[in-house]
Amino acid sequence: MAFVSQAVDRVFKMNVEMMGLQLLLPEIFVLTMACIVLVLDLFLHDRNRVVTYGLSQLTLFGALALVIALADGDSHTAMFGTYVADPMASLAKAFVMLVVFAVFLYSKDYLRQRDLFKGEYYVLGLFGVLGMMVMISAHSYLTLYLGLELLSLSLYAMVAFHRDSGVASEAAMKYFVLGALASGMLLYGMSLIYGITGSLNIAEVAASIGAMAELELALIFALSFVVLGLAFKLGAVPFHMWIPDVYHGAPTCVTLFIGSAPKIAAFAMAMRLLAESLGGVQADWGGMLAILAVLSLAVGNVIAIAQANLKRMLAYSTISHVGFLLLGILSGTVEGYASALFYAITYAIMAAAAFGMIILLSRTGFEADTLEDFKGLNARSPWHAFLMLLVMFSMAGVPPTVGFYAKLAVIQAVVGVDLLWLALVAVFFSIIGAFYYLRVVKLMYFDEPLDSQPLEYGTDMHVAISVNGLAILLLGLFPGALMSACMAAMGL
Amino acid sequence: MELVYLAIPLAPLIGAILAGLFGGRLGRAGAHSVTIAGVGIAFLLSLFVFKHHVIDGAAVFNGSVYTWMVSDGIRFEIGFLVDNLTVLMINVVTFVSLMVHIYTIGYMADDAHNWPQESLAGRNSYQRFFSYIALFTFAMLMLVMSNNFLQLFFGWEAVGLVSYLLIGFWSTRPTAIFANLKAFLVNRVGDFGFLLGIAAVLMYFNSLDYWDVFAAAPAMADVSIEIFDGHAWSLMSVICILLFIGAMGKSAQVPLHVWLPDSMEGPTPISALIHAATMVTAGIFMVARMSPLFELSETALSFVLVIGAITAFFMGLLGLVQNDIKRVVAYSTLSQLGYMTVALGASAYAASIFHLMTHAFFKALLFLAAGSVIIAMHHDQDMRNMGGLRKYMPITWITSLIGSLALIGTPFFSGYFSKDSIIEAVHLSQIPGSGFAYAAVLAGVFITALYSFRMYFLVFHGKPRMDEHTREHLHETPWVVTLPLVLLAIPSIFAGYWMEPILFGEYFDGVIQVAPAHDGLAQLGGHFHGTVAFALHAFVNPAFYLAVAGVLTAWYIYMVNPGLADRAQRSFSGVHRLLVNKYYADDFNQAVFAGGARGIGYALWNLGDRVIIDGLIVNGSARVVSWVAAFTRHVQTGYLYHYAFAMILGLLALISWTVFMR
Repeated sequence: MAFVSQAVDRVFKMNVEMMGLQLLLPEIFVLTMACIVLVLDLFLHDRNRVVTYGLSQLTLFGALALVIALADGDSHTAMFGTYVADPMASLAKAFVMLVVFAVFLYSKDYLRQRDLFKGEYYVLGLFGVLGMMVMISAHSYLTLYLGLELLSLSLYAMVAFHRDSGVASEAAMKYFVLGALASGMLLYGMSLIYGITGSLNIAEVAASIGAMAELELALIFALSFVVLGLAFKLGAVPFHMWIPDVYHGAPTCVTLFIGSAPKIAAFAMAMRLLAESLGGVQADWGGMLAILAVLSLAVGNVIAIAQANLKRMLAYSTISHVGFLLLGILSGTVEGYASALFYAITYAIMAAAAFGMIILLSRTGFEADTLEDFKGLNARSPWHAFLMLLVMFSMAGVPPTVGFYAKLAVIQAVVGVDLLWLALVAVFFSIIGAFYYLRVVKLMYFDEPLDSQPLEYGTDMHVAISVNGLAILLLGLFPGALMSACMAAMGL
Repeated sequence: MELVYLAIPLAPLIGAILAGLFGGRLGRAGAHSVTIAGVGIAFLLSLFVFKHHVIDGAAVFNGSVYTWMVSDGIRFEIGFLVDNLTVLMINVVTFVSLMVHIYTIGYMADDAHNWPQESLAGRNSYQRFFSYIALFTFAMLMLVMSNNFLQLFFGWEAVGLVSYLLIGFWSTRPTAIFANLKAFLVNRVGDFGFLLGIAAVLMYFNSLDYWDVFAAAPAMADVSIEIFDGHAWSLMSVICILLFIGAMGKSAQVPLHVWLPDSMEGPTPISALIHAATMVTAGIFMVARMSPLFELSETALSFVLVIGAITAFFMGLLGLVQNDIKRVVAYSTLSQLGYMTVALGASAYAASIFHLMTHAFFKALLFLAAGSVIIAMHHDQDMRNMGGLRKYMPITWITSLIGSLALIGTPFFSGYFSKDSIIEAVHLSQIPGSGFAYAAVLAGVFITALYSFRMYFLVFHGKPRMDEHTREHLHETPWVVTLPLVLLAIPSIFAGYWMEPILFGEYFDGVIQVAPAHDGLAQLGGHFHGTVAFALHAFVNPAFYLAVAGVLTAWYIYMVNPGLADRAQRSFSGVHRLLVNKYYADDFNQAVFAGGARGIGYALWNLGDRVIIDGLIVNGSARVVSWVAAFTRHVQTGYLYHYAFAMILGLLALISWTVFMR
């Protein structure tokens, strides 16, 4: 009898777990579709490659629909507490889907022109998306690490994906080695925390730290390693050195991928790791992040000035934006987290538009990735010059674009916790940063074009980048909806 | 209903966008069709709103459309407050705007001749003009429909911007550019005060919403603040005077009036729409809207009253010596704005708004009629070259006569009712300065009649003085020009009969607040026995005889004894020179403010900017930044082991920071 009741018990428990599985539907769907696309692609002729593209976009669309359908405003855990579905996860995932959708769309023509229109890009991209989703929904260090590695491995391969290109291979190699180093340290930090608290589960770690009468030094030691792993992923100074080389070396469509959606995932990772599990030592990581933020703002904004290559310039600009993102996180308040989420999302949108513009200007045998290539764009295509102007204004933080509001929210959060000096530093360096964004505007509007060839782009590209650019403006005019979504995601 | 409110400003905006951005593709007919359709829709909807609120008696609407942002608990919103004041304003604005739109088809028909041949700016100028005036209508509607200070300020600046663009519409003419720059700069002075006023409201009331502020205002009546140590000022006086400084800029009150005569460089339709009927009355509207605040400060009311009286009288005098037909009307507008301001100062807000409305009709009519004359005269604006035009342009002649009679306050015409109630209200007012104001507005009546009929006789009567070629081509202007004249002439006569509900009735109940001690209109209402009786009362009033005297003087000087004007000019050459030079206000501004600003600017530029800021700070810091950038760039060596080393160093720094700094 005892055996029977045990069996019933087990079946019942499995059922509960089965219930939990439905929360994972978006991830399961993306995984299944990625495998289908991978296999299907083998049997496709080159001229039918567009099927791969269509299926990938369909996957993102389906996953987005699933994410929205499953979002109920509550927090649920699944898979023995290693997975969590909460409002922040839904919002972050939804925007990951949207941004990657735009990325895939922008990449299509670029790949085709360079004879790179293969299934790999999309399959790797989908696996990367899966990695981001796992990271966002991780509720255990192990899940987090798995998601991170899945994303990173996809990205390493994507950077190296243009095999004939020397710079790309070099960039991939650097990225891989440094990434492995950072992953190792992150893992080391996690293992230390496991040793101290006896758990890998985020809620349990938090509870265990909360129950400590006195903080152990080892915990702070572990924290440094965790922060390093995070800072590497985000690209904060001094763990930023891979960014310029990778952004520059990778094919623009891959830079576009790396530079946009993963920032949202990295933000979610920071939230899970720092805010949720290590909230008890906020004072310590807040201080570390403050140093990283100041360094990132300074180095990013100053070095960007000296760049002649637009991709490199945007790489340093990313670093400075990471500084802003860190400001929101380090404040340690719910408003700060919400403003950082807002920043991450809007930055991903801006970055997609910026690299999308480089792709739009490029054509077979011409990369359009230097500042010179943007000279006189207004004379060649006023509409696209205007879109780029919006992007640059937004990155510089000029109202009424959304970048202004994002910066404002973050600075408000910092002022809210009485870190006025940090706010002043942020404003000071964004003034310096305005120089190189405005230089692009000056080149577009006041210089003579060097290149007289007409722009080549498809209708879908044109529509998508217009929507993307105008979204920057509209979100700036109507920031309320997204801001309140971010607030709601943080439980406000 | 909210959709209707929203559609009223948006319809002209859509027209403006279409005509402005796609003007080249739409063509001329397309551009004027979309903008007229937009403004026409706005006008019809305004009529509907009028029916809804005034006839059916719907409740006041106060709601926000969308929240731009919330900062420190203060909501920055776009919202509408639709009460009877708003209803009146939107009807006046959309009606006059519609008339001007139609008129513009005729006025701008051969605008191509106004541009140098190779000018790029002249391309699609016709479409651009329509886009601007539709945009103006949008901005003006946003201004009058606002329910908060932020949107008020948005509308305020937006109408200013369009005014700037339109004064300098013929951007190849140096005079136009000078005039629009001047208008812009002078308005900056006013707007600076206005912005300070709004900031003071925000600071002490912690809200930008009208109703919140009005509700909290009585509690603030006795608050005093010290801006300079040892000088306690009443908070309400400071706020109201600052807000009124904004109104002085926009509504061209002395000494910020100097831009309005120069604004006549713009095409005539906008002189009618912007610089006579609507935009310049925004200041009057604003003060009336803020009546709950102004009623709390007698000092501010007195200030308003005196400024208005000075404007009403002295600007009217200047109209006597102008020879440009548009400038006469412009000075007349200044003087009439002075009347409205005087009424505000006397707490007769209703009378002021009433005069605003009647003035919008007859002054737009006079401007458009002047424009019609200008078209016929092939863009010659000098009255000395006109004369006897009544034979050639009968419709323009009759409508001008109606406009002039309304302007001088002839009984039974609309202007009589509004102007006379202002004069009576000032007479009854007890506010300091009202004695001076009463004398000024009475004397103004004589001046108004004199310059109006001087212009009328010089243009339409007497012997033709133009050259033979022009005379042969004289003929009535096309129907798109004359139709608006006729349509404007109708309310110029009859709008006055709406007087009773507006001035003495319940029309403005709950909208305009007047302290019982200031309420001259209520006293006047006690003696009111119907509009006809009010009109007949004119014959026992000094104002009427002053007006008649003005007309007769004009008739005698310019019709009967033409040499008299010259002789008078010689015998009073000092006065004449003073008037011709506009009291030297322009020269004073040019020398003291413009010259002084340039002198200071030059000194600061030389010493402060070139040496210290440019040389030391900017170039210095730029050099430092670029040096640092170039240096740190070298840190990015490209070697993997350098990067890894940097990471390890970073880790070490993090660990040591946490260990040693805790």
